[in-house]
Amino acid sequence: MTVRIGADVGGTFTDIVLELADGTFESTKLLTTHDAPEAAILTGLDQICRVYDVQFADIGQIIHGTTLATNALIERRGAATALVTTAGFRDVIETRTESRYEQYDLDIVLPKPLIERKDRFVVTERLNARGEVVVPFDEDDAGRVIERIDAGGYRSVAVGFLHSYQNPVHEQRFRELLRDALPDVTVSVSSEVSPQMREYERFNTVCANAYVQPLMASYLVRLRDELQARGASCPLYLIHSGGGLMSVDSAAAFPVRLIESGPAGGAIFAADLAARYGRDRVLSFDMGGTTAKISLIEDFTPQTAKTFEVDRTARFKKGSGMPISIPVIEMIEIGAGGGSIARVDTLGQIRVGPHSAGSEPGPACYDRGGTDATVTDANLQLGRLHPDTFGATDIALNPQLAADALARSVGSTLGLDPLGAAIGVGEVVDENMANAARVHAVENGKDLAGFTMIAFGGGAPLHAARLIDKLGLDELLVPPGAGVGSAIGFLRAPFAYEAVRSFFTSTVDFDVDGVNGVLTELEHEAQSFVREGTDAEVTVLRQVSMRYVGQGWEIPVRLDDLVFDDFAAEQLAARFRKAYEEFFGRAIDDLAIEAVSWSVRVASVTAPPERVELDSVARQPADWGTTRDAYDAVARTTVPTAVVDRALIAPGAYVDGPAVIVEDQTTTVLATHHRCVAQLDGTLLIVRREVRP
Amino acid sequence: MTSDIRRELDHQVMWNRLISVLEEQALTLVRTAFSTSVREAGDLSAGLFDRRGRMIAQAVTGTPGHVNTMAAALVYFINDIGPDRIYPGDVYITNDPWKGTGHLHDITVATPVFVDDDMIGFFASTAHVVDIGGRGFGPDAREVYEEGVCIPIMKWIERGTLNRDLVNIVRNNVREPDQVIGDIHGLAASNDTGMRRLHVMLEEFGLTDLDGLAEFVFARTHDATMAALVHVPNGEYHNEMVVDGYADPVTLAVTLTVSDEGMHADFAGTSGTSPYGVNVPINYAHAYFTYGMLVALAPELPNNYASLLPFTVSAPPGVIVNAVRPDPVAIRHVIGHFVTDLCLGALAQALPHRIPAEGSGALWNFQASARSDDAGAPPVELLMFNSGGTGARPHLDGLTATAFPSGVRTMSVEATEQVGPIIFWRKEIREDSAGAGRQRGGFGQVIEIAPTDGYHFEFSAMFDRCEHPARGREGGGPGAPGGVRLDDGSPFASKGKQTVPAGRRLILELPGGGGFGDPGDRDPAAVADDRAQGYVSA
Repeated sequence: MTVRIGADVGGTFTDIVLELADGTFESTKLLTTHDAPEAAILTGLDQICRVYDVQFADIGQIIHGTTLATNALIERRGAATALVTTAGFRDVIETRTESRYEQYDLDIVLPKPLIERKDRFVVTERLNARGEVVVPFDEDDAGRVIERIDAGGYRSVAVGFLHSYQNPVHEQRFRELLRDALPDVTVSVSSEVSPQMREYERFNTVCANAYVQPLMASYLVRLRDELQARGASCPLYLIHSGGGLMSVDSAAAFPVRLIESGPAGGAIFAADLAARYGRDRVLSFDMGGTTAKISLIEDFTPQTAKTFEVDRTARFKKGSGMPISIPVIEMIEIGAGGGSIARVDTLGQIRVGPHSAGSEPGPACYDRGGTDATVTDANLQLGRLHPDTFGATDIALNPQLAADALARSVGSTLGLDPLGAAIGVGEVVDENMANAARVHAVENGKDLAGFTMIAFGGGAPLHAARLIDKLGLDELLVPPGAGVGSAIGFLRAPFAYEAVRSFFTSTVDFDVDGVNGVLTELEHEAQSFVREGTDAEVTVLRQVSMRYVGQGWEIPVRLDDLVFDDFAAEQLAARFRKAYEEFFGRAIDDLAIEAVSWSVRVASVTAPPERVELDSVARQPADWGTTRDAYDAVARTTVPTAVVDRALIAPGAYVDGPAVIVEDQTTTVLATHHRCVAQLDGTLLIVRREVRP
Repeated sequence: MTSDIRRELDHQVMWNRLISVLEEQALTLVRTAFSTSVREAGDLSAGLFDRRGRMIAQAVTGTPGHVNTMAAALVYFINDIGPDRIYPGDVYITNDPWKGTGHLHDITVATPVFVDDDMIGFFASTAHVVDIGGRGFGPDAREVYEEGVCIPIMKWIERGTLNRDLVNIVRNNVREPDQVIGDIHGLAASNDTGMRRLHVMLEEFGLTDLDGLAEFVFARTHDATMAALVHVPNGEYHNEMVVDGYADPVTLAVTLTVSDEGMHADFAGTSGTSPYGVNVPINYAHAYFTYGMLVALAPELPNNYASLLPFTVSAPPGVIVNAVRPDPVAIRHVIGHFVTDLCLGALAQALPHRIPAEGSGALWNFQASARSDDAGAPPVELLMFNSGGTGARPHLDGLTATAFPSGVRTMSVEATEQVGPIIFWRKEIREDSAGAGRQRGGFGQVIEIAPTDGYHFEFSAMFDRCEHPARGREGGGPGAPGGVRLDDGSPFASKGKQTVPAGRRLILELPGGGGFGDPGDRDPAAVADDRAQGYVSA
């Protein structure tokens, strides 16, 4: 019997999912062991294998995702790292974009550079924008820098020279000299980690890689050895931020690719469900204790981006974190979770988040010392949550504390009773999430009409039905296992790698040979990563980012099987205009178009999930447990609401709102005009129904 | 739930949503705009107005220059079009510097919103366009007529029909007609998007007009604004600041009068207008005054009719911050950006220990035409934004190489080198340039640039604070003055048209921000760290 394991180490919990030979899942959840994250994984594995009578030797594959790299960056727990860069450009990672991320704050604090000025060294050398040597690499200068690196006791070195994405020769030469002189110092070069134009983003990315590399390499080796020592001789793979698998060796060399890998698992989980039900336009919505994450999934593929920001220190504001230029599943994250704190601002407006009470002290109703009203307190006051049906057994919700906090934080200023305050908090947090989803759609040139929402994470099903109303969507899916969705998603991920490189050319003056050269190299690079993990059949997806000359924002254009010959420029221009029209509603004739960066994604072909039709026919009502009073956002009043145990809803049975569907890890809330129909796999389909007045 | 509470919560939700709608609108404009300053400086705006032209909400964008200017523009639109000539399907346009945003390069497009036959308000948006004809973007015109084509307030579209004559006029008077016309269509389209979203919202909440919501927004904002101003003692506060100016030094003077009704800035005592295009229409000075007061006193407040109402300005006609037609005004930001520090200096007298020191203020934009030595080749236009240091804050050091009050971002060196025949030899923090203080100023930066082989630069220099550095506050020292030279030691003026010859490097030393408080009180650990990092030489 062969089984597979998904292991997701998050900031609070470590989730272990066991996929049995018949394709069913079992899972366990443990507290993350921050000092040695492998400890929780091994404990969880022991537990789950014992319960389901699985030997370590029977495990066919372990797929792992971790926030360790992200946390090391945020908490600044990486190695003593030096940056070596082009003379004259010592401060690129400190002067950033020379802007303030918040226009209305005199006391703004800009993020500290990952590597301080005293740890940044320069070497005389220079390439021009075409990658030609303008100033030769100064070997003596490099020698002096290496002496200082030695004297300074640095364990890791990042190398970032200008225009190295065009020509890596000087970066490689420095690495060679450094390795010869100091073989114990690890080294990352920007032309390998992130060969994309724009020095601030590329240098920061190589610094991040170098900074976490010693820590991640030792952790990954430790984990692999421990697993082997216990008899698990199967391969261990890592999930990366782009939503694919990579080998331990690749991950140890490019740990920056592990950042944001957990959320990527959630998006794959949603994409898999989308494929099963044939929903080609999906909005995935994941809400936890601190934040909500929203991403777009089209044609069963999560949207990707080439750069993102980690550690947004100021209320998740754009520009308050550090940019990382690697392929990533794109998502928008806002400070809206169960622990998000509500208050009233100077305008008398109710605000929710981005500050969160987290799990300590937690919402007021947890009775762990929290006094601020949170979203969870509002949900309790509204009757959407209830002490008797709240999943977590170690937490007893206290409704009186929730009511007091709501009255204190919101009600007293606005003259609202606790219920009125809770209604306001609920509406505001839903509105915040709906607005974020719309803005995210606009940023991607999409109209949300016709999208299906997939909701998972402990908080999402409480709010999702209200959100589809606000966004004008017609369908909501709440899959089972939503509490460990990321770890399940890991098991659905292909071996995949996306290689990206900047290469400028314009449709007026198209460099056919140059483009063919870049695409060939990129495909080779991506293939070699994927081939470390699998011999399976692969798909190759080629893409280019293009814009009108003079614009600063590129849009992705798929190349499909376009052959680059003398007619390529014309065909490419036509594809760009079509894509532009889809994005912005209209194309502009006669303007020259330029291509900025190229990417090739190679992915193994995974067996598509068996296609199942969604069944929305209401055949027989599910058994009700009891009713309780809960606020109905559509009726705008408190109404008797059915309380239904999700485990007892038979496939094909339906529940009409107003209702709350309870389970261990979450609660799904239906307003009067919602109908929920249970699918064969336990997924809940929620739609609107005709309600007779 | 009582109907009062219901209305209260509905109004709160709608207010939030409108701001989000306007931000979507601004975002789309940033993505499609052809102008560098829209993209990198957020030089655009979007707003919703009530039927009387009072601004209900505005997107938060990068440049404070649009704070009041667009807010005031709609009243002119209603008046000039004529209330009885406003029809469904209309779209209006202008770039009149005195009715719009202070120079011809910004085009404002307004669209009336109708519910059935009832006009309930307007969407308006503004963006900087790449070219507007005339002499091109720079200080060299002597009258606004030379600065480009002026579109008075008129109909771009009437009842759904495009004004082709106007399109034709614009098309034939600008250098990049496709891009400019494209941007104008983009502005109109973004208003349409806002309008669709507004209609959905009105339907959801069962409304047929904006009047109740507007009154709610104005009442709440008014109360919060007055509550913020109550902490400023009534009185008159005077401040003067001398800056290099374009031809001659410019004295900027303000008398700030704080009363129970609000704050009034009078700029009497300010130098007269310049023969060059650095003059500032008063609507633009007004914007930077209001921005300074709001950011210092009430950063949480949104920009709308009620939050802007208590801030008023006056100035004798003919001073540099009250330019009158036909004064040239193309680069009004060069002087206009100093208005914020000027007014904050006056406010500092009313609120000691709370207001930052002066910063480098004006941007050090690198704007040049790279010309090939081979006469036939067309010139390549280059533009890059660069910032010096900001002033020290009462409890925090100033920001190094960061724009204030502008919201500009710099461009990547690698991207700039891809665009044209330029090479950067240095772009680094300028050591020892921060004003000393208990909190020190932000450091400036040093930039060395050269034309690549076979090219030279024709260069219009506009660099300030070379003769008049940023002053410290409450015992803090001044920031280092700026410097401009060529690498072979030959002089290069900080102002005016010059050439950077082939083979030479231009060296720009950007000014630092002023310090705050007695330098002797600086935390010894901070002093030691500045040395260890090499910000300050031993």
